[in-house]
Amino acid sequence: MGLVSNPIAKMILQRIGLGLLSLVIVSLVIFLAVNLLPGSFASAVLGRSATPDAVAAFQHQLGLDRPMVDRYFTWLSSALQGDFGNSFSKRPVGTIIGPRLLSTLRLAGITAAIAVPLAILLGIVCARYRNRLPDRFLSAVTLAAISVPEFFIAYVLMLFLATRLHIFPSLSSIRSSMHFDEQLYRMALPIMTLLFVVLAHMMRNTRAAILNVMSRPFIEMAQLKGEPEMRVIMRHALPNAIGSIASVVAINLAYLIAGVVVVEVVFVYPGIGQTMVDAVRNRDVPVIQACALIFSTAYILLNLLADIISIVSNPRLLHPR
Amino acid sequence: MTNTATRSAPSQTALARGLRAVRQAPPTAIFGMVVLFAYVFTAIFAPFIAPYGEFQVVSSVPYAPWDEVNLLGTDQLGRDFLSRMIFGARNSIGIAFVTTLLAFAIGGFFGIMAAALRGVADQVLSRFVDSVMSIPDLIFTLMLLAIFGTSVLNLILIIAILDSTRIFRISRAAAMNVVTLDFVEAAAARGEGLVWRIVHEILPNILPILISEFGMRFCFVFLSIAALSFLGIGLQPPMAEWGSMVRDNATLINMGDITPLIPAGAIALLTIGVNFVADWLLNMSSGLSDEA
Repeated sequence: MGLVSNPIAKMILQRIGLGLLSLVIVSLVIFLAVNLLPGSFASAVLGRSATPDAVAAFQHQLGLDRPMVDRYFTWLSSALQGDFGNSFSKRPVGTIIGPRLLSTLRLAGITAAIAVPLAILLGIVCARYRNRLPDRFLSAVTLAAISVPEFFIAYVLMLFLATRLHIFPSLSSIRSSMHFDEQLYRMALPIMTLLFVVLAHMMRNTRAAILNVMSRPFIEMAQLKGEPEMRVIMRHALPNAIGSIASVVAINLAYLIAGVVVVEVVFVYPGIGQTMVDAVRNRDVPVIQACALIFSTAYILLNLLADIISIVSNPRLLHPR
Repeated sequence: MTNTATRSAPSQTALARGLRAVRQAPPTAIFGMVVLFAYVFTAIFAPFIAPYGEFQVVSSVPYAPWDEVNLLGTDQLGRDFLSRMIFGARNSIGIAFVTTLLAFAIGGFFGIMAAALRGVADQVLSRFVDSVMSIPDLIFTLMLLAIFGTSVLNLILIIAILDSTRIFRISRAAAMNVVTLDFVEAAAARGEGLVWRIVHEILPNILPILISEFGMRFCFVFLSIAALSFLGIGLQPPMAEWGSMVRDNATLINMGDITPLIPAGAIALLTIGVNFVADWLLNMSSGLSDEA
């Protein structure tokens, strides 16, 4: 680290290093979870009456008869190249997951693109009208949204917007041959459901981040000068809160991960969340491992991003004395 | 804590203080308590309230509409929906409650141990918890259920162990603040053993924090189990569970029938109620020392 003199660069490099370390640990956990109990796992999948030959063949197919360290490195190095081996249904995991991962990324990406600006805007509105009607209303709605199950929101939207009013299709079957408008139209309900969940968390945290800054002396100073409230928020509070807002936004995008699994199942959206649930039902281990690794990587990267943003936006680090 | 205890009237019993606190509770907390009471009552007395049995097929018509006999109609196998809802309260709440208790027992034990022992034990436990927490909960649970198989016992153990990592963090942080206080060091100097110190000095002082956290963790566990059952990987049929009832009857939504929303709404109402009560408890336990 002696080579890097800039304290920010040094801290960021440390965080990235920690992030890589947790990725390695996570891959180890995912690998070990399946491999620690090969005997019982084979008999669990094949049933109690499986012959020793069948168990041995199963072990061989999974590669469980090779030394564990050897297996881990083979698995990890091919996973890094996008090769997750063959699923139990003999198809390569990569071809099963690849297109579905893109669908999920598109769903999550569109949701994030709408959620982030909207959450910041509503958070500002809440902070501006704190403890008054707009704030109380939005706070109550978001509290309700974060305490109800995702599938409840999904089915309420489906019942009213699809079945009763026929505005949107109730199922989101997407094919790559479809035009983008058509795809977007079919994705409307999953996007709206995810928006509810993510927006609620994000907005509450944005409001808290702004209000946290609002209690500082320089805000009181600005208010005493007689500046209008909106200007106090936009010129004095927001620039100082932007770092913590950005990091809560990144952390809250992680709610998309759990949300996406349930929402994809509800609307039969062909994404990686549904793939994982199907794989779990069929106990298709290579697919489960690949999905778990992808979801965990996304989760760790989002947290890493949040950390880096909060380092970079810290004025004391940016302008060292 | 000891300060407020001596300052308030000594004749006042804990029960009387509790009753006074309940009387002064905000309307949201009262609402939450009423909801909670209704749910617990239903769960405990399910067999006496439900008109039919949990697995009893009462109609040859699946998805029968609401009528006088089957108030909420029947489900996909012709079982009484209302009765399944009532037994579902028992299964869903009971299992979530047991799981949360177990998670607190595991997480609380190791958290306090880590704080009391410090050093290598603390480092090992904390790094282990960190690495478990860097995998998203739902994903980890799905993976472990696929490996160990879906049974009620596996479900309870897996969720309890994964959730205990959160409680480990909370109880470790809370216990860390207590172990450095004079009375704990005095007890150590007196020659009291580790277990005695934990039971008599540390635990009573972090208990309020743990209790107010219990409601939040219960909601989280309850929602996780409902989500898993909804995905078809949680509680297995024929057991009545609200999440799986939503899933099994979801086709009715496409016919404009709101019946499948009832169990989902029941889940939502309970979590909102518990959140209200937990919020109030949290405010009380943190605001108590500011009162005087």
